[in-house]
Amino acid sequence: MPELIKAKEPFRFYTRLHLSELTGFKATTLEELLDLMKEVPGSCIYHHTHRFLQQHQYLSPEPPNDFAYWVNSALGEDELAERLASIDTVQFSTIRGLREEMIAKIEQYIKASPKSKRKFAEEAQEFHFIKSVSFILPTKYVVNDLKEFIDVLAKITMDSVYFHIFEARLRLEKKTNDFSYWIETSIGNKKLADKIANLDPYTHTLEDLRDTLIKIIEKSV
Amino acid sequence: MERLGEYIPIVGQSIIDDLKLLAERLKGKVIQQVNSTSVGGGVAEILNRMIPLLKELGVDSRWDFIKGGAQFFDVTKKFHNALHGKKEDITKHDFEIFEDTSRKNIEELDTYGDIVFIHDPQPVALVKKKKGNKWVWRCHIDVSRPNKDVWNFLKGYIKNYDSAVFSAPSFCQKMPIRQFLISPSIDPLSDKNRELPQQEIDAVLRKYEIEADKPIITQISRFDRLKDPVGVIDAYLQVKKYIDCQLILAGGTAVDDPEGAEVLAEVREKAKKDKDIHILLLPQNDLEVNALQRASTIIMQKSSREGFGLTVSEALWKTKPVVATDTGGIPLQIKHKYSGLLCHSIEGAAFAIKQLLNSPGYAKKLAENGREHVRNNFLITRHIRDYMLLFLSLYHPEDVVSL
Repeated sequence: MPELIKAKEPFRFYTRLHLSELTGFKATTLEELLDLMKEVPGSCIYHHTHRFLQQHQYLSPEPPNDFAYWVNSALGEDELAERLASIDTVQFSTIRGLREEMIAKIEQYIKASPKSKRKFAEEAQEFHFIKSVSFILPTKYVVNDLKEFIDVLAKITMDSVYFHIFEARLRLEKKTNDFSYWIETSIGNKKLADKIANLDPYTHTLEDLRDTLIKIIEKSV
Repeated sequence: MERLGEYIPIVGQSIIDDLKLLAERLKGKVIQQVNSTSVGGGVAEILNRMIPLLKELGVDSRWDFIKGGAQFFDVTKKFHNALHGKKEDITKHDFEIFEDTSRKNIEELDTYGDIVFIHDPQPVALVKKKKGNKWVWRCHIDVSRPNKDVWNFLKGYIKNYDSAVFSAPSFCQKMPIRQFLISPSIDPLSDKNRELPQQEIDAVLRKYEIEADKPIITQISRFDRLKDPVGVIDAYLQVKKYIDCQLILAGGTAVDDPEGAEVLAEVREKAKKDKDIHILLLPQNDLEVNALQRASTIIMQKSSREGFGLTVSEALWKTKPVVATDTGGIPLQIKHKYSGLLCHSIEGAAFAIKQLLNSPGYAKKLAENGREHVRNNFLITRHIRDYMLLFLSLYHPEDVVSL
């Protein structure tokens, strides 16, 4: 059995808890949705593209975002819904980039299907823009090698997994997820770091993602 | 008595650890909750269960009540109905009565909290006492289509709070203060939701002469037009043509509500020819409600309006498939075809029930998803976490807060 590498710097697990802030902005048509998507804070775009991950963590990993879900369920635009749902979120390292991509998809669709502008959501089916307020806290878990890392990963909250994989990369605009960064720079295992960074976390449920991470790391220990 | 530990097998140790982490950040702050009654009603029910848990976490949470006479509470009942969108004749005198009682409460009630947490419209005017402390107004009412006169009157007070909290996105209002979305919750350890031995469930079925081996469709609700019990019977009758089943409509009595008595009479008239329809009056009998939900094959919530509709979470927590209307807080609890079936009509409800009765595997999957959705989002532990985050947000205006 290879000797366990001790990390140059320990890894502290953080957790991220969130509160939903109501903005009062609501859309009943595709054009209204588009206009508001251009105006609302990035925290709103983040909320509506990541809420499902946390609130429906046990389900199959679809539907991936509120915009796709609403466009389909309230306006009946399933083709646009599919285009919005299939945006490769992992390719974006900023909310700004993700927002621009979604806006471009909707604009192209309206141009190609002008009839879509005439559809209205029924009363009580409007799209309400909500902002995600994140609270980041250090947990008591600090690890010094991959064995300890796996033990903690198996028991920390999904909020913690979520924070290090999704929020750190996209919302805090770090280049990669926290796990890959630590494994590369402190453990010195670039191959493992890349393997984790190359996962598409958006196509897993959070529980499944945790299991996948543990399996990948176990293989290398 | 230590109760926090009892939630660990349900939500996991790490969720309780997170609550403790947050509670540490609130050390030294006094949270003063204020409403109008310690018994009866959903607000008192949740505070009765939540305050001991907050205290156990080390959060100094206290509870005070305002005082008011019959006239004041008649007016606030009218306000309540008007905020729900019901037509009410509200006079200038009504507003004067509200202000007179509020003035007395402002004089008498000490608002000592670092955070003063006001529930519903009755104590809203206390904010006139605001000094250096933080104030939050918690709205437990569906204000998606409120009576404008009443709302504008209350808004005069609400805009002086630091934040307001609503239960569904559609209840949000145009206001110059921060507004948060916090859903209500169920307590998995309460009599209404705790696990029950099969003998206890069977005993309740025997008591009400319900057959255990024939599918049971149930709606637990007050006999109120907004809950559409007549529509539930119509949907059941459409199903009954193809599948032999029973219907239970169970809810509280409506002695102080003339319309409720009328609805109950109508329901009884419609049900009298079918021995498989059981109309049960269950005045605050949580254990029997629990048993009936657990004995059911399908739970319905066919409301035309709904503040939140926690009966849906109660059913899902018991791993029951649910057919419910797409209104109020219900779509937050059910994502159509993922964790239940949403409907918009009697025919739609009947079709959904038939689908579920004929496809038990599909029904089971929806119900299992529903239970996990409730575990993650609608249990009291999540509610406590959100309230603690809300209290912390009063000191942190930014979108990403490092604690």
